[in-house]
Amino acid sequence: MVTTPLLPSDYLDLVSPLRAGADLRGRIEAVHPETGDAATVVIKPGRGWRGHTAGQYVRIGVDVDGRRLWRAYSLTSPTDRRDGRITITVKAIPDGKVSNHLVRRAAPGTLVHLDQPTGDFVLPQAKPAKVLYLTAGSGITPVMGMLRDTGFDDVVMVHCAPQPQDVIFRDELHRLAADRKLRLTEVHTATDGRLDIARLGELVPDWAERETWACGPAGLLDAAEEHWTEHGLRVRLHTERFRPRTVVTGGDGGEVTFSATGTTVDADGATPLLDVGEEAGVLMPSGCRIGICFGCVTPLKAGAVRDLRTGEITEAEPGVLIQTCVSAAAGPCDIER
Amino acid sequence: MTAIDPTAHLTAEQIEELGRELDAIRDEVLADRGEKDAAYIRKVISAQRKLELASRGVLLFSIFPPAWLLGTAGLSVAKIMDNMEIGHNVLHGQWDWMRDPKIHSTTWEWDHVSPSEQWKHSHNELHHTYTNVIGKDNDLGYGIMRVDEDQRWHPFHLGQPLWNFINACFFEYGIAAYDLELGKNLRKRRRKDPEFRARARAVGRKIRKQVLKDYVIHPLLSGPSFLTTLAATFTANLVRNLWTHSVIMCGHFPEGVQVFERRSINGETRGQWYLRQMMGSANISGSRAMHFMSGNLSHQIEHHLFPDLPSNRYAEVAVKVRVLFEKYELEYVTGSLPKQVFSAWHKVFRLSLPNRKPKVRTPAPEKELIAA
Repeated sequence: MVTTPLLPSDYLDLVSPLRAGADLRGRIEAVHPETGDAATVVIKPGRGWRGHTAGQYVRIGVDVDGRRLWRAYSLTSPTDRRDGRITITVKAIPDGKVSNHLVRRAAPGTLVHLDQPTGDFVLPQAKPAKVLYLTAGSGITPVMGMLRDTGFDDVVMVHCAPQPQDVIFRDELHRLAADRKLRLTEVHTATDGRLDIARLGELVPDWAERETWACGPAGLLDAAEEHWTEHGLRVRLHTERFRPRTVVTGGDGGEVTFSATGTTVDADGATPLLDVGEEAGVLMPSGCRIGICFGCVTPLKAGAVRDLRTGEITEAEPGVLIQTCVSAAAGPCDIER
Repeated sequence: MTAIDPTAHLTAEQIEELGRELDAIRDEVLADRGEKDAAYIRKVISAQRKLELASRGVLLFSIFPPAWLLGTAGLSVAKIMDNMEIGHNVLHGQWDWMRDPKIHSTTWEWDHVSPSEQWKHSHNELHHTYTNVIGKDNDLGYGIMRVDEDQRWHPFHLGQPLWNFINACFFEYGIAAYDLELGKNLRKRRRKDPEFRARARAVGRKIRKQVLKDYVIHPLLSGPSFLTTLAATFTANLVRNLWTHSVIMCGHFPEGVQVFERRSINGETRGQWYLRQMMGSANISGSRAMHFMSGNLSHQIEHHLFPDLPSNRYAEVAVKVRVLFEKYELEYVTGSLPKQVFSAWHKVFRLSLPNRKPKVRTPAPEKELIAA
């Protein structure tokens, strides 16, 4: 009543954006280069941060060229870091707006927006006797969070990167190896060629006995899932994908209505509704943009949408929520935004 | 409306070319819109909030005259900033591209008795689409005045200088009533319409909150300064009302601004729509401070051409737009604030009386062209 039409928090945000009770934010404190195109961002999270489990990711909203963009990044800091800071390690991908901004332009002091950490690519309560980490490229990031957090008696890591200088955390990995906390095999794909999963046994003879966490490009993960399944060991393999597996490339689109804002646009059958809405200026919630975090779910009021990963059609019914980042119009539809 | 059509010399092809050139100006801004613009609006919002807090803080001691003066001045400026450079422009969606849910047309609420949702409908959808079209754009005299010879005279208009003055003093309530289309909806048949009643209740709630804050809670917080703080908030609201009313009158009422017939917009092309906005709006010239305090509505012509471009860009856009006015030999209606306010008021007085000579209704050539 005192501050209407604003809320007291609108004023408190001016002086204390990280206080308890505020929308969850963080302040970038430092950006440390890791390789030529990767960097670790140290963030002081707001008081509302509930802490993470090793291997989880966080959705982070960053203003790039004045525009708020949300992405998901794996947490690379241990869960018990003394100063309470968290880190994410970001690899700049070609045309990646957020990744390039974080790696090359983000300045200490900048406020970012956070969600609570989430993800089920985590270690089990009961310690497995033998562990294998199978990673490629920036797929090393959630595993680094695990390595820094929890020690095991017998850990093997197979990591793929084009060249030695592309290996993120290389010095730290080698130190861990020197301390016998880890047996490390680097596969340099630029010279050695891609890792052939069928020949994993040559690198890790006892791979089948190991509880395995794998993270990397879709090609590696698809091959790994197939390999473990063939040997009847699928339950031992845990994977984390950074990109959706899209199978649907086309199909009929339709007229999309965002009824809460009264916006109507034509959309094709291949563009995620999240992109369609953002392009039309609708305030769309978003997150990982790859169909895993459910930060973008929105009611589908009418019509039908197609899941770009599976091709499955979802029709409107009361209470039906869709993930706009992996759904495209399948004919006219009405999204409640 | 002038009897001579000021756009008669333009061919249909030229009008479309003009439209393309305006589109190009818009695209240039869009391509360049980014971090600096975002920093601008955040700075303005932060400054407004700090100014309002400080002013209300000072007013706790408003029993002392210097504190009263300082606090009232600060609060007046804060309220004007909230309504003009921030509220009006955020509600236009000028900052939606930032995707910041806290600075977005769908979530913003302003220090004003008209709920933003209703204002957006009557202002963004009706006024900006049907700018200066008689019978379609109720901004032409707000339904209580006659501001063009082509609007039919009624004895009620004899009192319009007084109506306009009262409207100026209580402008925010005038806008709320206008957004509710109160005149039309108070007729018996419509009064019970559930949609109207829901909207009227929403306005009632907003008024209650605003009045409670300005005239009860803050005076009470001031303790012994109760009465002086009450007077201060009343004054700040009055100053805000008079100022915004003056600025907004200058947008479409000064001499030289064109109005259009209802049928003239049938099948209107993009070029013709642009041309109507150019001829139907008037600017105010002045200092940067004046532009800022008017919410850059002093660049009314540019605002009407590009209602969703960030307001901080209108000044640079105006330079390019003015070149087009010259190129196409069109009159760019502009003048200082006193001159334009006088011009608008002069019209309000003049048109309170019926037209001197019955106007011969010959279809002006421009109308043919626009209808073509």
